[in-house]
Amino acid sequence: MILEARDVTRFYGAYRALDGVSLGVDDGELVSIIGPNGAGKSTLINVLTGVLAPTSGVVRFKGHDIHGIGTAALARLGMARSFQLVHVFPDLTVIETLQAAVVSRLGRGTRLFVSLARDREVHHQAIEVAELFGLAGKRHELARHLAQGDKKLLDVASAFALRPELILLDEPTSGVATAEKTAIMEILVGASRRIGCRAIIQVEHDMDIVFGYSDRIIALHEGRVLADGAPDAIRADRHVVDTVIGRPAAGRPVLPRAPTAPSDPVSAEGRGLRVPGHP
Amino acid sequence: MKGRAILAAVALAALVVPLAAPAYYALLMLPFMAYAVVLLGLNLLFGYTGLVSFGHALFVGIGAYTGAFLTTHTAVRSLEVILLTAGVLGAAAAALVGALCVRYVKIYFGMLTLAFGMVFYTFLLKFYRLTGGDEGMRVLRPTLLGIDLDAMPKTDYLVGVLVVATLVMWRIVHSPFGLCLRTVRDNPAKAEALGLGVARFRWHAFVISAVYAALGGALLGPPTGTVDPTLAYWTQSGNIVFMTLLGGFASFFGPVLGAFVFIFLQDSVMSVLTYWRLVFGAILAAIVIFAPGGLMGLFARGRAA
Repeated sequence: MILEARDVTRFYGAYRALDGVSLGVDDGELVSIIGPNGAGKSTLINVLTGVLAPTSGVVRFKGHDIHGIGTAALARLGMARSFQLVHVFPDLTVIETLQAAVVSRLGRGTRLFVSLARDREVHHQAIEVAELFGLAGKRHELARHLAQGDKKLLDVASAFALRPELILLDEPTSGVATAEKTAIMEILVGASRRIGCRAIIQVEHDMDIVFGYSDRIIALHEGRVLADGAPDAIRADRHVVDTVIGRPAAGRPVLPRAPTAPSDPVSAEGRGLRVPGHP
Repeated sequence: MKGRAILAAVALAALVVPLAAPAYYALLMLPFMAYAVVLLGLNLLFGYTGLVSFGHALFVGIGAYTGAFLTTHTAVRSLEVILLTAGVLGAAAAALVGALCVRYVKIYFGMLTLAFGMVFYTFLLKFYRLTGGDEGMRVLRPTLLGIDLDAMPKTDYLVGVLVVATLVMWRIVHSPFGLCLRTVRDNPAKAEALGLGVARFRWHAFVISAVYAALGGALLGPPTGTVDPTLAYWTQSGNIVFMTLLGGFASFFGPVLGAFVFIFLQDSVMSVLTYWRLVFGAILAAIVIFAPGGLMGLFARGRAA
Protein backbone atom coordinates (compact mmCIF):
# COMPACT_ATOMS: atom_id res chain seq x y z
CA MET A 1 0.00 0.00 0.00
CA ILE A 2 1.55 3.28 -1.09
CA LEU A 3 -0.73 5.67 0.75
CA GLU A 4 -2.86 5.00 3.75
CA ALA A 5 -5.12 7.21 5.85
CA ARG A 6 -6.41 5.83 9.12
CA ASP A 7 -9.33 7.33 10.98
CA VAL A 8 -8.52 10.88 9.86
CA THR A 9 -10.54 13.69 11.39
CA ARG A 10 -10.14 17.34 10.63
CA PHE A 11 -11.91 20.21 12.34
CA TYR A 12 -12.15 23.83 11.26
CA GLY A 13 -13.08 25.39 14.56
CA ALA A 14 -16.18 23.47 15.55
CA TYR A 15 -16.91 22.35 11.99
CA ARG A 16 -15.98 18.75 11.26
CA ALA A 17 -14.73 18.70 7.65
CA LEU A 18 -13.43 15.14 7.85
CA ASP A 19 -14.94 12.61 10.21
CA GLY A 20 -13.02 9.38 10.62
CA VAL A 21 -11.88 8.86 7.05
CA SER A 22 -9.90 5.69 6.34
CA LEU A 23 -8.63 4.76 2.92
CA GLY A 24 -5.76 3.08 1.17
CA VAL A 25 -4.25 3.30 -2.28
CA ASP A 26 -2.36 0.40 -3.81
CA ASP A 27 0.21 0.14 -6.58
CA GLY A 28 -1.19 0.61 -10.06
CA GLU A 29 -4.46 2.19 -8.99
CA LEU A 30 -6.19 5.29 -10.26
CA VAL A 31 -8.50 6.31 -7.45
CA SER A 32 -11.12 9.02 -7.82
CA ILE A 33 -12.54 10.89 -4.89
CA ILE A 34 -16.05 12.16 -5.55
CA GLY A 35 -18.64 13.95 -3.50
CA PRO A 36 -20.78 17.06 -3.47
CA ASN A 37 -19.36 20.47 -2.60
CA GLY A 38 -18.50 20.63 1.07
CA ALA A 39 -18.10 16.86 1.32
CA GLY A 40 -14.48 17.39 2.36
CA LYS A 41 -12.71 16.38 -0.85
CA SER A 42 -10.17 19.16 -0.97
CA THR A 43 -9.64 19.01 2.78
CA LEU A 44 -8.88 15.34 2.30
CA ILE A 45 -6.40 16.08 -0.51
CA ASN A 46 -4.75 18.72 1.65
CA VAL A 47 -4.46 16.29 4.56
CA LEU A 48 -3.15 13.52 2.30
CA THR A 49 -0.49 15.88 0.92
CA GLY A 50 0.52 17.16 4.34
CA VAL A 51 -0.63 20.73 3.69
CA LEU A 52 -3.12 20.40 6.54
CA ALA A 53 -2.44 18.37 9.64
CA PRO A 54 -5.27 16.06 10.65
CA THR A 55 -6.88 16.90 13.98
CA SER A 56 -6.64 13.20 14.76
CA GLY A 57 -5.70 10.10 12.85
CA VAL A 58 -2.65 9.32 10.79
CA VAL A 59 -1.59 9.45 7.12
CA ARG A 60 1.21 7.19 5.91
CA PHE A 61 3.05 7.51 2.61
CA LYS A 62 5.21 4.50 1.77
CA GLY A 63 5.00 3.60 5.44
CA HIS A 64 6.18 7.03 6.72
CA ASP A 65 3.87 9.04 8.93
CA ILE A 66 3.74 12.31 6.98
CA HIS A 67 2.84 14.47 9.99
CA GLY A 68 4.97 17.62 10.02
CA ILE A 69 7.15 16.41 7.16
CA GLY A 70 6.41 19.43 4.96
CA THR A 71 5.30 19.72 1.36
CA ALA A 72 8.78 20.06 -0.12
CA ALA A 73 10.17 17.03 1.71
CA LEU A 74 7.12 15.00 0.74
CA ALA A 75 7.66 15.92 -2.91
CA ARG A 76 11.25 14.71 -2.63
CA LEU A 77 9.95 11.50 -1.08
CA GLY A 78 7.93 10.84 -4.22
CA MET A 79 4.52 12.45 -3.77
CA ALA A 80 3.51 15.20 -6.18
CA ARG A 81 0.34 17.20 -6.53
CA SER A 82 -1.40 19.65 -8.77
CA PHE A 83 -3.76 22.29 -7.53
CA GLN A 84 -7.47 22.88 -7.99
CA LEU A 85 -6.82 26.50 -8.87
CA VAL A 86 -4.07 26.72 -11.42
CA HIS A 87 -0.63 27.24 -9.90
CA VAL A 88 2.07 28.32 -12.32
CA PHE A 89 5.18 30.50 -12.16
CA PRO A 90 3.87 33.51 -14.14
CA ASP A 91 7.25 34.84 -15.25
CA LEU A 92 8.88 31.53 -16.06
CA THR A 93 8.62 29.93 -19.47
CA VAL A 94 7.11 26.49 -19.96
CA ILE A 95 10.51 24.88 -20.29
CA GLU A 96 11.91 26.74 -17.27
CA THR A 97 8.98 25.54 -15.16
CA LEU A 98 9.66 21.94 -16.13
CA GLN A 99 13.41 22.43 -15.68
CA ALA A 100 12.76 23.66 -12.15
CA ALA A 101 10.91 20.45 -11.37
CA VAL A 102 13.70 18.34 -12.87
CA VAL A 103 16.35 20.33 -10.99
CA SER A 104 14.40 19.67 -7.81
CA ARG A 105 14.11 15.95 -8.52
CA LEU A 106 17.80 15.59 -9.31
CA GLY A 107 18.72 17.60 -6.22
CA ARG A 108 20.64 20.17 -8.26
CA GLY A 109 19.03 23.26 -6.72
CA THR A 110 22.20 24.08 -4.82
CA ARG A 111 24.39 24.21 -7.94
CA LEU A 112 25.36 27.86 -7.96
CA PHE A 113 28.19 28.06 -10.43
CA VAL A 114 27.14 25.81 -13.28
CA SER A 115 25.18 26.86 -16.31
CA LEU A 116 21.59 25.65 -16.43
CA ALA A 117 21.60 26.05 -20.20
CA ARG A 118 24.45 23.54 -20.46
CA ASP A 119 22.82 20.92 -18.26
CA ARG A 120 21.74 18.51 -20.99
CA GLU A 121 20.20 16.01 -18.61
CA VAL A 122 17.86 18.61 -17.08
CA HIS A 123 17.02 19.96 -20.52
CA HIS A 124 16.27 16.54 -22.01
CA GLN A 125 14.01 15.47 -19.18
CA ALA A 126 12.14 18.77 -19.28
CA ILE A 127 11.64 18.51 -23.05
CA GLU A 128 10.49 14.93 -22.65
CA VAL A 129 7.73 15.96 -20.26
CA ALA A 130 6.83 18.95 -22.43
CA GLU A 131 6.36 16.58 -25.36
CA LEU A 132 4.28 14.15 -23.31
CA PHE A 133 1.92 16.99 -22.46
CA GLY A 134 1.91 18.56 -25.89
CA LEU A 135 3.62 21.71 -24.61
CA ALA A 136 6.88 21.38 -26.54
CA GLY A 137 5.77 23.86 -29.19
CA LYS A 138 5.08 26.47 -26.51
CA ARG A 139 8.21 25.85 -24.48
CA HIS A 140 9.51 29.42 -24.72
CA GLU A 141 6.22 31.06 -23.80
CA LEU A 142 5.82 32.65 -20.39
CA ALA A 143 3.38 30.72 -18.22
CA ARG A 144 1.22 33.81 -17.72
CA HIS A 145 0.70 34.10 -21.46
CA LEU A 146 -0.66 30.55 -21.80
CA ALA A 147 -4.32 29.79 -22.31
CA GLN A 148 -6.13 28.53 -19.21
CA GLY A 149 -6.13 24.92 -20.44
CA ASP A 150 -2.40 25.02 -21.11
CA LYS A 151 -1.73 26.52 -17.68
CA LYS A 152 -3.60 23.60 -16.19
CA LEU A 153 -1.56 21.17 -18.28
CA LEU A 154 1.67 22.89 -17.26
CA ASP A 155 0.73 22.68 -13.59
CA VAL A 156 0.10 18.95 -13.93
CA ALA A 157 3.12 18.46 -16.20
CA SER A 158 5.46 20.04 -13.65
CA ALA A 159 4.15 17.58 -11.04
CA PHE A 160 4.86 14.72 -13.47
CA ALA A 161 8.34 16.10 -14.15
CA LEU A 162 9.16 15.14 -10.56
CA ARG A 163 8.63 11.52 -11.62
CA PRO A 164 6.60 10.91 -8.48
CA GLU A 165 5.53 7.50 -7.27
CA LEU A 166 2.17 8.91 -6.26
CA ILE A 167 0.42 11.89 -7.76
CA LEU A 168 -2.62 13.70 -6.40
CA LEU A 169 -4.60 15.76 -8.85
CA ASP A 170 -7.14 18.23 -7.52
CA GLU A 171 -9.70 18.48 -10.32
CA PRO A 172 -7.30 18.02 -13.24
CA THR A 173 -10.00 18.73 -15.82
CA SER A 174 -11.95 21.51 -14.11
CA GLY A 175 -12.33 24.67 -16.11
CA VAL A 176 -11.55 22.79 -19.29
CA ALA A 177 -13.99 22.28 -22.15
CA THR A 178 -15.74 18.91 -22.07
CA ALA A 179 -14.20 17.88 -25.36
CA GLU A 180 -10.69 18.39 -23.95
CA LYS A 181 -11.29 16.47 -20.73
CA THR A 182 -10.84 13.06 -22.30
CA ALA A 183 -7.73 14.25 -24.10
CA ILE A 184 -6.26 15.46 -20.80
CA MET A 185 -7.06 12.18 -19.08
CA GLU A 186 -5.44 10.22 -21.89
CA ILE A 187 -2.32 12.36 -21.51
CA LEU A 188 -2.31 11.85 -17.73
CA VAL A 189 -2.72 8.11 -17.88
CA GLY A 190 -0.15 7.80 -20.66
CA ALA A 191 2.34 10.04 -18.88
CA SER A 192 2.00 8.22 -15.57
CA ARG A 193 2.67 4.90 -17.30
CA ARG A 194 5.64 6.43 -19.09
CA ILE A 195 7.33 7.85 -16.00
CA GLY A 196 6.55 4.83 -13.83
CA CYS A 197 4.10 6.53 -11.48
CA ARG A 198 2.70 3.90 -9.11
CA ALA A 199 -0.67 5.44 -8.36
CA ILE A 200 -2.88 8.43 -9.05
CA ILE A 201 -5.47 9.96 -6.78
CA GLN A 202 -7.77 12.53 -8.29
CA VAL A 203 -10.64 14.67 -7.17
CA GLU A 204 -13.05 14.91 -10.05
CA HIS A 205 -16.55 16.21 -10.70
CA ASP A 206 -17.11 14.93 -14.20
CA MET A 207 -18.77 11.53 -13.77
CA ASP A 208 -17.95 10.41 -17.32
CA ILE A 209 -14.27 10.90 -16.51
CA VAL A 210 -14.62 9.31 -13.07
CA PHE A 211 -16.35 6.18 -14.31
CA GLY A 212 -14.32 6.02 -17.49
CA TYR A 213 -10.87 6.08 -15.92
CA SER A 214 -11.01 5.00 -12.28
CA ASP A 215 -9.95 1.64 -10.91
CA ARG A 216 -11.65 2.57 -7.70
CA ILE A 217 -13.97 5.30 -6.53
CA ILE A 218 -14.24 6.74 -3.06
CA ALA A 219 -17.45 8.65 -2.40
CA LEU A 220 -17.30 11.27 0.35
CA HIS A 221 -20.33 12.78 1.99
CA GLU A 222 -20.33 15.16 4.95
CA GLY A 223 -16.75 14.25 5.79
CA ARG A 224 -17.33 10.49 5.81
CA VAL A 225 -16.53 7.75 3.35
CA LEU A 226 -19.92 6.78 1.99
CA ALA A 227 -18.64 4.09 -0.34
CA ASP A 228 -15.30 2.76 -1.53
CA GLY A 229 -15.23 0.30 -4.41
CA ALA A 230 -14.90 -0.48 -8.09
CA PRO A 231 -16.86 1.73 -10.54
CA ASP A 232 -19.42 -1.01 -11.13
CA ALA A 233 -20.06 -1.46 -7.41
CA ILE A 234 -20.41 2.31 -6.96
CA ARG A 235 -22.83 2.55 -9.86
CA ALA A 236 -24.91 -0.21 -8.33
CA ASP A 237 -24.98 1.48 -4.91
CA ARG A 238 -28.37 3.24 -4.82
CA HIS A 239 -27.44 5.26 -1.75
CA VAL A 240 -24.33 6.69 -3.39
CA VAL A 241 -26.14 7.39 -6.62
CA ASP A 242 -28.86 9.26 -4.71
CA THR A 243 -26.63 11.35 -2.47
CA VAL A 244 -23.44 11.88 -4.46
CA ILE A 245 -23.79 11.19 -8.14
CA GLY A 246 -27.39 12.08 -8.74
CA ARG A 247 -29.85 10.50 -11.14
CA PRO A 248 -28.90 10.81 -14.78
CA ALA A 249 -31.18 13.47 -16.18
CA ALA A 250 -31.26 14.14 -19.90
CA GLY A 251 -28.49 11.64 -20.39
CA ARG A 252 -25.93 13.31 -18.10
CA PRO A 253 -25.31 12.79 -14.42
CA VAL A 254 -26.27 15.76 -12.31
CA LEU A 255 -24.39 16.72 -9.23
CA PRO A 256 -26.64 17.53 -6.30
CA ARG A 257 -25.74 20.74 -4.55
CA ALA A 258 -25.22 20.17 -0.86
CA PRO A 259 -25.20 23.22 1.40
CA THR A 260 -21.67 24.60 1.44
CA ALA A 261 -19.91 24.67 4.75
CA PRO A 262 -18.74 28.23 5.39
CA SER A 263 -15.30 27.26 6.64
CA ASP A 264 -14.53 24.74 3.93
CA PRO A 265 -11.36 26.01 2.24
CA VAL A 266 -12.46 24.60 -1.09
CA SER A 267 -15.50 26.77 -1.41
CA ALA A 268 -13.62 29.68 0.15
CA GLU A 269 -11.05 29.40 -2.61
CA GLY A 270 -13.76 29.19 -5.17
CA ARG A 271 -15.06 32.53 -4.02
CA GLY A 272 -11.70 34.13 -4.52
CA LEU A 273 -10.73 34.17 -0.87
CA ARG A 274 -7.34 32.99 0.22
CA VAL A 275 -6.34 30.08 2.32
CA PRO A 276 -3.14 30.31 4.38
CA GLY A 277 -0.28 28.89 2.40
CA HIS A 278 -2.13 29.26 -0.90
CA PRO A 279 -1.29 32.67 -2.27
CA MET B 1 24.48 35.99 -26.95
CA LYS B 2 22.85 39.30 -26.12
CA GLY B 3 23.84 39.01 -22.46
CA ARG B 4 27.51 38.54 -23.22
CA ALA B 5 27.49 41.57 -25.51
CA ILE B 6 26.04 43.77 -22.76
CA LEU B 7 28.54 42.31 -20.32
CA ALA B 8 31.44 43.17 -22.60
CA ALA B 9 30.08 46.66 -23.25
CA VAL B 10 29.75 47.40 -19.54
CA ALA B 11 33.25 46.15 -18.80
CA LEU B 12 34.66 48.21 -21.65
CA ALA B 13 32.79 51.32 -20.53
CA ALA B 14 34.03 50.84 -16.98
CA LEU B 15 37.60 50.74 -18.26
CA VAL B 16 37.41 53.52 -20.82
CA VAL B 17 35.19 56.10 -19.09
CA PRO B 18 37.66 56.79 -16.26
CA LEU B 19 40.41 57.41 -18.81
CA ALA B 20 38.40 59.55 -21.19
CA ALA B 21 36.24 61.48 -18.75
CA PRO B 22 37.42 64.55 -16.83
CA ALA B 23 39.13 63.67 -13.57
CA TYR B 24 36.16 64.81 -11.50
CA TYR B 25 33.78 62.37 -13.18
CA ALA B 26 36.35 59.63 -12.95
CA LEU B 27 36.27 60.30 -9.21
CA LEU B 28 32.51 59.75 -9.18
CA MET B 29 33.10 56.36 -10.78
CA LEU B 30 34.61 55.17 -7.48
CA PRO B 31 31.42 55.15 -5.41
CA PHE B 32 29.45 54.06 -8.48
CA MET B 33 31.45 50.89 -8.86
CA ALA B 34 31.32 50.12 -5.17
CA TYR B 35 27.54 50.56 -5.20
CA ALA B 36 27.28 48.51 -8.37
CA VAL B 37 28.73 45.56 -6.46
CA VAL B 38 26.24 46.13 -3.62
CA LEU B 39 23.35 46.28 -6.07
CA LEU B 40 24.28 43.14 -7.98
CA GLY B 41 23.83 41.38 -4.67
CA LEU B 42 20.72 43.23 -3.57
CA ASN B 43 19.01 42.37 -6.82
CA LEU B 44 19.59 38.65 -6.35
CA LEU B 45 17.29 39.09 -3.37
CA PHE B 46 14.98 41.74 -4.82
CA GLY B 47 14.60 40.96 -8.52
CA TYR B 48 15.26 37.24 -8.50
CA THR B 49 13.91 36.07 -5.16
CA GLY B 50 11.20 38.68 -4.65
CA LEU B 51 12.28 39.93 -1.24
CA VAL B 52 12.79 43.65 -0.59
CA SER B 53 15.33 44.32 2.13
CA PHE B 54 15.35 47.71 3.83
CA GLY B 55 18.32 46.77 5.93
CA HIS B 56 21.13 46.06 3.52
CA ALA B 57 23.05 49.07 4.77
CA LEU B 58 23.83 46.77 7.70
CA PHE B 59 26.04 44.67 5.44
CA VAL B 60 27.45 47.69 3.60
CA GLY B 61 28.40 49.00 7.04
CA ILE B 62 29.99 45.72 8.06
CA GLY B 63 32.11 45.74 4.92
CA ALA B 64 33.15 49.38 5.27
CA TYR B 65 34.03 49.08 8.96
CA THR B 66 35.92 45.84 8.34
CA GLY B 67 38.31 47.78 6.11
CA ALA B 68 38.59 50.60 8.64
CA PHE B 69 39.12 48.30 11.58
CA LEU B 70 41.71 46.13 9.88
CA THR B 71 43.79 49.03 8.57
CA THR B 72 43.71 51.11 11.78
CA HIS B 73 43.83 48.40 14.45
CA THR B 74 45.96 45.77 12.74
CA ALA B 75 48.86 45.72 10.34
CA VAL B 76 46.67 44.47 7.52
CA ARG B 77 46.79 46.71 4.43
CA SER B 78 46.03 44.14 1.76
CA LEU B 79 42.75 44.80 -0.05
CA GLU B 80 42.44 41.08 -0.81
CA VAL B 81 42.43 40.29 2.91
CA ILE B 82 40.03 43.16 3.61
CA LEU B 83 37.59 41.97 0.95
CA LEU B 84 37.82 38.38 2.10
CA THR B 85 37.24 39.33 5.73
CA ALA B 86 34.37 41.65 4.80
CA GLY B 87 32.75 38.89 2.77
CA VAL B 88 33.10 36.35 5.57
CA LEU B 89 31.78 38.74 8.24
CA GLY B 90 28.92 39.82 5.97
CA ALA B 91 28.01 36.18 5.37
CA ALA B 92 28.18 35.36 9.07
CA ALA B 93 25.95 38.29 10.04
CA ALA B 94 23.53 37.52 7.22
CA ALA B 95 23.36 33.86 8.17
CA LEU B 96 22.01 34.86 11.59
CA VAL B 97 19.84 37.81 10.54
CA GLY B 98 18.58 35.93 7.48
CA ALA B 99 17.62 32.85 9.47
CA LEU B 100 15.15 35.06 11.35
CA CYS B 101 14.05 37.31 8.48
CA VAL B 102 13.32 34.77 5.74
CA ARG B 103 10.49 33.29 7.79
CA TYR B 104 8.58 36.41 6.87
CA VAL B 105 7.70 37.92 3.53
CA LYS B 106 6.65 41.24 2.05
CA ILE B 107 6.40 44.14 4.48
CA TYR B 108 7.26 41.99 7.52
CA PHE B 109 10.52 40.91 5.92
CA GLY B 110 11.30 44.52 5.00
CA MET B 111 10.54 45.81 8.50
CA LEU B 112 12.57 43.09 10.17
CA THR B 113 15.62 43.78 8.01
CA LEU B 114 15.15 47.49 8.73
CA ALA B 115 15.11 46.76 12.46
CA PHE B 116 18.35 44.79 12.33
CA GLY B 117 19.91 47.56 10.27
CA MET B 118 18.98 50.11 12.91
CA VAL B 119 20.41 47.96 15.67
CA PHE B 120 23.75 47.88 13.88
CA TYR B 121 23.63 51.62 13.18
CA THR B 122 23.07 52.28 16.87
CA PHE B 123 25.94 49.97 17.71
CA LEU B 124 28.26 51.95 15.41
CA LEU B 125 27.05 55.22 16.92
CA LYS B 126 27.24 54.27 20.58
CA PHE B 127 30.26 52.00 20.89
CA TYR B 128 32.49 54.97 20.53
CA ARG B 129 35.75 53.36 21.64
CA LEU B 130 35.47 50.67 19.04
CA THR B 131 33.83 52.50 16.17
CA GLY B 132 34.61 56.17 16.69
CA GLY B 133 30.92 56.96 17.12
CA ASP B 134 29.47 59.56 14.79
CA GLU B 135 32.95 60.67 13.72
CA GLY B 136 33.58 57.29 12.17
CA MET B 137 36.96 55.75 11.52
CA ARG B 138 39.82 56.25 9.15
CA VAL B 139 40.60 53.76 6.43
CA LEU B 140 44.33 53.65 5.82
CA ARG B 141 45.44 53.25 2.26
CA PRO B 142 45.30 49.56 1.32
CA THR B 143 47.48 47.69 -1.12
CA LEU B 144 46.51 45.33 -3.89
CA LEU B 145 48.82 42.41 -4.74
CA GLY B 146 51.38 44.21 -2.59
CA ILE B 147 51.21 47.41 -4.63
CA ASP B 148 50.11 50.69 -3.08
CA LEU B 149 46.71 51.64 -4.50
CA ASP B 150 47.93 55.18 -5.19
CA ALA B 151 50.56 53.79 -7.50
CA MET B 152 47.94 52.56 -9.94
CA PRO B 153 45.14 54.32 -11.85
CA LYS B 154 42.45 55.12 -9.31
CA THR B 155 39.63 53.06 -10.72
CA ASP B 156 41.40 50.01 -12.07
CA TYR B 157 41.18 47.84 -8.98
CA LEU B 158 37.49 48.71 -8.65
CA VAL B 159 36.86 47.79 -12.26
CA GLY B 160 38.58 44.49 -11.61
CA VAL B 161 36.45 43.68 -8.57
CA LEU B 162 33.27 44.82 -10.33
CA VAL B 163 33.96 42.69 -13.38
CA VAL B 164 34.66 39.59 -11.29
CA ALA B 165 31.59 40.27 -9.14
CA THR B 166 29.47 40.69 -12.27
CA LEU B 167 30.70 37.48 -13.87
CA VAL B 168 30.10 35.48 -10.70
CA MET B 169 26.60 36.92 -10.27
CA TRP B 170 25.85 36.30 -13.95
CA ARG B 171 26.77 32.67 -13.41
CA ILE B 172 24.64 32.42 -10.26
CA VAL B 173 21.45 33.80 -11.80
CA HIS B 174 21.81 31.50 -14.79
CA SER B 175 22.45 28.41 -12.69
CA PRO B 176 19.92 25.81 -11.54
CA PHE B 177 20.02 27.64 -8.20
CA GLY B 178 19.07 30.90 -9.93
CA LEU B 179 16.09 29.20 -11.56
CA CYS B 180 14.95 27.91 -8.18
CA LEU B 181 15.11 31.44 -6.75
CA ARG B 182 12.76 32.62 -9.50
CA THR B 183 10.27 29.86 -8.73
CA VAL B 184 10.31 31.04 -5.12
CA ARG B 185 9.68 34.62 -6.27
CA ASP B 186 6.84 33.69 -8.61
CA ASN B 187 4.89 31.20 -6.53
CA PRO B 188 6.26 29.92 -3.21
CA ALA B 189 3.44 27.40 -2.67
CA LYS B 190 4.03 25.84 -6.07
CA ALA B 191 7.80 25.82 -5.47
CA GLU B 192 7.22 23.89 -2.24
CA ALA B 193 4.98 21.46 -4.09
CA LEU B 194 7.84 20.83 -6.51
CA GLY B 195 10.08 19.93 -3.59
CA LEU B 196 11.99 23.21 -3.49
CA GLY B 197 12.48 24.36 0.10
CA VAL B 198 11.41 27.99 -0.11
CA ALA B 199 12.87 29.16 3.21
CA ARG B 200 16.23 27.60 2.43
CA PHE B 201 16.48 29.27 -0.98
CA ARG B 202 15.50 32.64 0.50
CA TRP B 203 18.16 32.23 3.14
CA HIS B 204 20.86 31.37 0.59
CA ALA B 205 19.91 34.36 -1.54
CA PHE B 206 19.97 36.59 1.54
CA VAL B 207 23.47 35.45 2.52
CA ILE B 208 24.88 35.83 -1.00
CA SER B 209 23.37 39.29 -1.38
CA ALA B 210 24.88 40.28 1.98
CA VAL B 211 28.33 39.12 0.88
CA TYR B 212 28.03 41.39 -2.14
CA ALA B 213 26.85 44.26 0.05
CA ALA B 214 29.81 43.76 2.39
CA LEU B 215 32.28 43.64 -0.51
CA GLY B 216 30.78 46.81 -1.94
CA GLY B 217 30.94 48.41 1.48
CA ALA B 218 34.62 47.52 1.82
CA LEU B 219 35.24 49.22 -1.53
CA LEU B 220 33.51 52.43 -0.41
CA GLY B 221 36.06 53.22 2.30
CA PRO B 222 39.46 53.41 0.57
CA PRO B 223 38.65 56.19 -1.96
CA THR B 224 37.57 58.64 0.76
CA GLY B 225 39.79 57.30 3.51
CA THR B 226 36.98 57.39 6.08
CA VAL B 227 33.86 55.52 7.06
CA ASP B 228 31.08 56.77 9.31
CA PRO B 229 27.76 55.42 10.63
CA THR B 230 25.68 57.07 7.87
CA LEU B 231 26.92 54.25 5.64
CA ALA B 232 24.82 51.92 7.76
CA TYR B 233 21.88 54.29 8.33
CA TRP B 234 18.46 53.34 7.02
CA THR B 235 18.54 56.09 4.41
CA GLN B 236 21.45 54.21 2.90
CA SER B 237 19.27 51.10 2.66
CA GLY B 238 16.63 53.28 1.10
CA ASN B 239 19.11 54.71 -1.41
CA ILE B 240 20.17 51.31 -2.68
CA VAL B 241 16.55 50.20 -3.02
CA PHE B 242 15.97 53.47 -4.91
CA MET B 243 18.90 52.74 -7.22
CA THR B 244 17.47 49.30 -7.91
CA LEU B 245 14.04 50.72 -8.76
CA LEU B 246 15.59 53.50 -10.81
CA GLY B 247 17.50 51.11 -13.03
CA GLY B 248 14.92 48.35 -12.98
CA PHE B 249 15.01 45.27 -10.76
CA ALA B 250 13.65 43.10 -13.53
CA SER B 251 16.89 43.01 -15.46
CA PHE B 252 20.37 41.90 -14.56
CA PHE B 253 22.07 45.21 -15.36
CA GLY B 254 19.19 47.45 -14.33
CA PRO B 255 20.43 48.06 -10.79
CA VAL B 256 23.97 48.78 -12.01
CA LEU B 257 22.56 51.36 -14.40
CA GLY B 258 20.49 52.68 -11.50
CA ALA B 259 23.61 53.15 -9.38
CA PHE B 260 25.30 55.00 -12.21
CA VAL B 261 22.41 57.38 -12.82
CA PHE B 262 21.84 57.88 -9.10
CA ILE B 263 25.44 58.82 -8.33
CA PHE B 264 25.75 61.25 -11.21
CA LEU B 265 22.27 62.69 -10.73
CA GLN B 266 22.85 63.16 -7.03
CA ASP B 267 26.09 64.97 -7.74
CA SER B 268 24.63 67.31 -10.34
CA VAL B 269 21.37 68.04 -8.49
CA MET B 270 23.14 68.58 -5.17
CA SER B 271 25.43 71.16 -6.69
CA VAL B 272 22.56 73.37 -7.86
CA LEU B 273 19.81 72.68 -5.36
CA THR B 274 19.77 72.41 -1.59
CA TYR B 275 16.56 70.44 -1.66
CA TRP B 276 17.91 67.64 -3.83
CA ARG B 277 15.95 65.07 -1.87
CA LEU B 278 12.78 66.74 -3.08
CA VAL B 279 13.83 66.14 -6.67
CA PHE B 280 14.77 62.54 -5.91
CA GLY B 281 11.45 61.91 -4.22
CA ALA B 282 9.64 63.18 -7.30
CA ILE B 283 11.77 60.97 -9.54
CA LEU B 284 11.07 57.92 -7.39
CA ALA B 285 7.33 58.60 -7.47
CA ALA B 286 7.42 59.06 -11.23
CA ILE B 287 9.29 55.78 -11.72
CA VAL B 288 6.96 53.76 -9.54
CA ILE B 289 3.89 55.18 -11.28
CA PHE B 290 4.98 55.51 -14.90
CA ALA B 291 7.91 53.15 -15.34
CA PRO B 292 7.72 50.29 -12.83
CA GLY B 293 10.35 48.51 -14.92
CA GLY B 294 12.82 51.32 -14.27
CA LEU B 295 15.16 52.75 -16.90
CA MET B 296 15.92 49.29 -18.28
CA GLY B 297 12.19 48.64 -18.51
CA LEU B 298 11.92 51.58 -20.89
CA PHE B 299 14.31 49.85 -23.26
CA ALA B 300 13.25 46.24 -22.92
CA ARG B 301 10.18 44.52 -21.58
CA GLY B 302 10.17 41.32 -19.56
CA ARG B 303 11.32 40.17 -16.17
CA ALA B 304 14.64 39.01 -14.84
CA ALA B 305 15.60 35.92 -16.75
